Amino acid sequence: MLTFLNHLINGISLGSVYAIIALGYTMVYGIAKMLNFAHGDIIMVGAYICFFAVSTFGLPPIVGVLLAMVVCTVLGMVIERLAYKPLRSAPSLAVLITAIGVSYFLQNAAQLLWTSNPKIFPSFLVVTQQNADGTQTVKSGIQFAGGQLSVSYATLITIAVCVVIMLVLTWFTEHTKMGQAIQACSEDKGAAQLMGINVNTTISLTFAIGSALAAIAGVLLCSAYPTLVPTTGSMPGIKAFTAAVFGGIGSIPGALLGGILLGVIEIFAKAYISTQLSDAIVFAVLIVVLLVRPTGLLGKQIREKV
Amino acid sequence: MKKVICMGLALAMAFSMVACGGSSSSAASSEASDASSSTAAEGAVKIGGTGPLTGGAAIYGNAAKRGAEIAVEEINALGGLQFDLKYEDDTHDAEKAVNAYNTLKDWGMQVFLGSVTSTPCVATSAESNGDHIFLLTPSASSTDVLGGVANPLTGTIDVPRKDNAFQMCFMDPNQGTASAQYISEKNLGTKIAIIYKNDDVYSTGIYNSFMNKAQELGLDVVSTTTFTSDSQTDFSVQINDAKNSGADLLFLPMYYDAASLILTQANNIGYAPKFFGVDGMDGILTLAGFDKSLAEGVILLTPFNTDAQDEKTKSFVSKYNEKYGEAPNQFAADAYDCVYAIYQALTESGVASDASASDMCDALIAQFTSPNFVFDGLTGEGMTWSESGEVTKSPKGMVIENGAYVGMD
Amino acid sequence: MRSLRTNKTLRTNVITYAVVVAAFVLFQCLGSAGVLSSTMKGQLVPICAYVLMALSLNLTVGILGELSLGHAGFMSVGAFAGAVTASAMQDSVPSSALRLTVAVLVGAVLAAIVGVLIGIPVLRLNGDYLAIVTLAFGEIIKSIVNNLYIGMDANGLHASFLNNTIVLGEGGRMILSGPMGVPGIKKTATFAAGFILILIALFVIFNLVNSRAGRAIMALRDNRIAAESVGINVTKYKLMAFVISAAIAGAGGALYGQAQNAIIATKFDFNTSILILVFVVLGGMGNMLGSILAAALLTVLPELLRSLNDYRMLIYAIVLILMMLFNSAPAMIQWREQMTEKLRKTFGEERKEG
Repeated sequence: MLTFLNHLINGISLGSVYAIIALGYTMVYGIAKMLNFAHGDIIMVGAYICFFAVSTFGLPPIVGVLLAMVVCTVLGMVIERLAYKPLRSAPSLAVLITAIGVSYFLQNAAQLLWTSNPKIFPSFLVVTQQNADGTQTVKSGIQFAGGQLSVSYATLITIAVCVVIMLVLTWFTEHTKMGQAIQACSEDKGAAQLMGINVNTTISLTFAIGSALAAIAGVLLCSAYPTLVPTTGSMPGIKAFTAAVFGGIGSIPGALLGGILLGVIEIFAKAYISTQLSDAIVFAVLIVVLLVRPTGLLGKQIREKV
Repeated sequence: MKKVICMGLALAMAFSMVACGGSSSSAASSEASDASSSTAAEGAVKIGGTGPLTGGAAIYGNAAKRGAEIAVEEINALGGLQFDLKYEDDTHDAEKAVNAYNTLKDWGMQVFLGSVTSTPCVATSAESNGDHIFLLTPSASSTDVLGGVANPLTGTIDVPRKDNAFQMCFMDPNQGTASAQYISEKNLGTKIAIIYKNDDVYSTGIYNSFMNKAQELGLDVVSTTTFTSDSQTDFSVQINDAKNSGADLLFLPMYYDAASLILTQANNIGYAPKFFGVDGMDGILTLAGFDKSLAEGVILLTPFNTDAQDEKTKSFVSKYNEKYGEAPNQFAADAYDCVYAIYQALTESGVASDASASDMCDALIAQFTSPNFVFDGLTGEGMTWSESGEVTKSPKGMVIENGAYVGMD
Repeated sequence: MRSLRTNKTLRTNVITYAVVVAAFVLFQCLGSAGVLSSTMKGQLVPICAYVLMALSLNLTVGILGELSLGHAGFMSVGAFAGAVTASAMQDSVPSSALRLTVAVLVGAVLAAIVGVLIGIPVLRLNGDYLAIVTLAFGEIIKSIVNNLYIGMDANGLHASFLNNTIVLGEGGRMILSGPMGVPGIKKTATFAAGFILILIALFVIFNLVNSRAGRAIMALRDNRIAAESVGINVTKYKLMAFVISAAIAGAGGALYGQAQNAIIATKFDFNTSILILVFVVLGGMGNMLGSILAAALLTVLPELLRSLNDYRMLIYAIVLILMMLFNSAPAMIQWREQMTEKLRKTFGEERKEG
């Protein structure tokens, strides 16, 4: 039982990281109807910015995170302006390929700027305890059940951040004028334009928000798994994309659910079936789920118009 | 519309083909200009190598390239035999490595440093074997690079020996066997757990031979788990499996980037067995921002130690640091040794520096397999090579104490 | 001649064949004249293999209208099936052309079978959900091949999964060793073979497109409900296109494997699938000649950029983005049309004057 709980906790930890990346994916997809394959690489840039701010310049972590968000937002908007906006009315596959080009570009630029040597991301999601004898103990998580189970602070914060982001995004899209404009664009671009909504600005705004989310995701990803290299974002990016589709792409709660489930399935597949085949098992489960629910767990059932 | 696109693509295509086709004729002229512009004097021996200079494995390729560059600079400064070095990017891909190799061939390469990583080197060693160009790889440790080595699991010879290919590093099975022997002789652990990367040639190669030897020696392997490059983030299941099966030694045949995550995650759940790594573990202490206390007590087999106090190592490490702002790893040291070994062999054999690649290959094979050829380098003293292409040097056990390597013997 | 001018499809097809034949003749001549560099010579067969992959995916994406992100999976099936077949025949069949032919056939047939197995569930889905399921199948194939062991001795082929439990008799050898892949391939592929395969693939695709089945497939792409309502069997025609596409990819994979010294499972990953998709989109969806040119250009491009050293892949990324913008951005298309119009006018007037 304890082992099972342990695996469950680990699965949720891994899943929460997928979830936070998936939120950014799904957000951009929902509005721009575009798979932004460069999302994983913006995450990587965010993590590097935070790493240098904290480790090299000794800034407090929160400043590092804010700085990463600012840089990523600007980067996301520049990319959108230069690479995606000219293709706004082109077929969606054209934008997909451009996004892949951007992804190659960011990875190679990162390698030139920051070399390919791994950096170990500083663990600032820890609590330092002052012991009675004057020594310090650094605790990275909470332990219970007599020390047999432990949850790291990074996981708790990631889950909390996920939930907060999900609530804020939901509130934002439901209750603010900007958010309603975003929803209108996602429903029907043409009609939105006729209603006086500036579709271009709205889509740019979506990219800005998505990129800021990517910065947060980058910091949390590297807090949980601290090896930082220029390709750090690519594999979690694909997994998060999978998670977003799993939960129903375009659905914000779906991204959270899909991410966490994907993490749990991955850990359970490793623990109870085979570590050698875990990748295959995760994808097999995904296929089965999509065959039963062809639009993901929480995706909108699209009724075909004749 | 479509026509315009096609026209554009066709034009670009034609242009590129012409550029490509013409490169052989322009190679001669560029060679001349290269030779005059670089410091290498007329008649320098052209040495080429391929390695991942971009992409996920770029750290290994760049390290090897830099190590070789330092050696070439030193040798050229001596004023005797001159070298001209060129490294081409293979992005850790066999197909790209063959392209890179062909580019080097067009450049007029006489001696080949092989590829830095195993899979590309299996391809380039086959190509260079066909062209009869001498190959000495710094770090591609797979048996298939040399060929003619029995598969540790089936005892069959799956790839015939490529007589031009030699290695500077230990071959994978040797490391696996040596690790098992070390653990058994020094009584390092009674229950052993293994985590290895099962989509990686290096890691799987060591694992296979380790298991073979462990069975023979009667070591008790209680947990075997794997990961792939797609799941190289979370190791909780693997670590828990090792912990729950009561393993007191965790064998990690992998590179240090993955190993650093395992050390961190094991520490988080309070699991502290003995960790035993192979030469891929070298470099863990140079990771920017890594908490060295996590690596305390880690045992590894490595031929190279940045903290060694001999003159050669000290000079190499300080030069590397000065030039590239970081400490060299074993890839750099192996590549540095490769260039010096070739230098020594060429000098001793007396082959002319403008000899054809094929003549040079014959001379170098004769030299390397000759019993009189002994090489002292950063990664070992008194190294010799056999007909099989393997280097004789024994892996040295090191243990990390106070953030530095300490010899175990 | 008149029929050529009036029948646009026929004209496009003839131009495509002509370009392929001309390219083949040109490179054969250059090769025999000895002016081709080793780099170029070494790339000819891989380019043919990538062209086949691009043609195959164009059938799925351009003609059938479904996005596949796992095409490298079919390539993998073809490559490994072909490599194992050719390697098994190594000692008994001396003719390398025959070994290659059998390898390509086995690769194509096996990939087609996998195509049926995957196609039946997958083609029920739509859009991005279909794309992600093909991605999933690609990853599953990669994982399976990565854990597969095949050896051969006097008694024939032996296989095991997950762990190498094969016991081989005297004189046996391992062909496929899990993560080590197939390390000792004796290359059999030639440029001429690649050329013939491309011609066959073009012939199959053009005939399919111009047939009743092809029109049904394109009708499904353009409006599934309308097509269904006039009695077109959705599953049958979708599956037909998908399986033919898989078979061509299998043949391409087998050709690729036979042009390499060693292949490993992880080569045929998501990134390779994406690369093939880039060829198709850049060349224009449904445009076979475009796919051929884009595949050849993007395979050669990284090699041409070698002189840029460290900046090579960075510039490659920029060139890719610029080419996409140039080809697909509505503003650029408009500008290009204006320019063509202008050119036509100037040249037209000159001709009159002349």
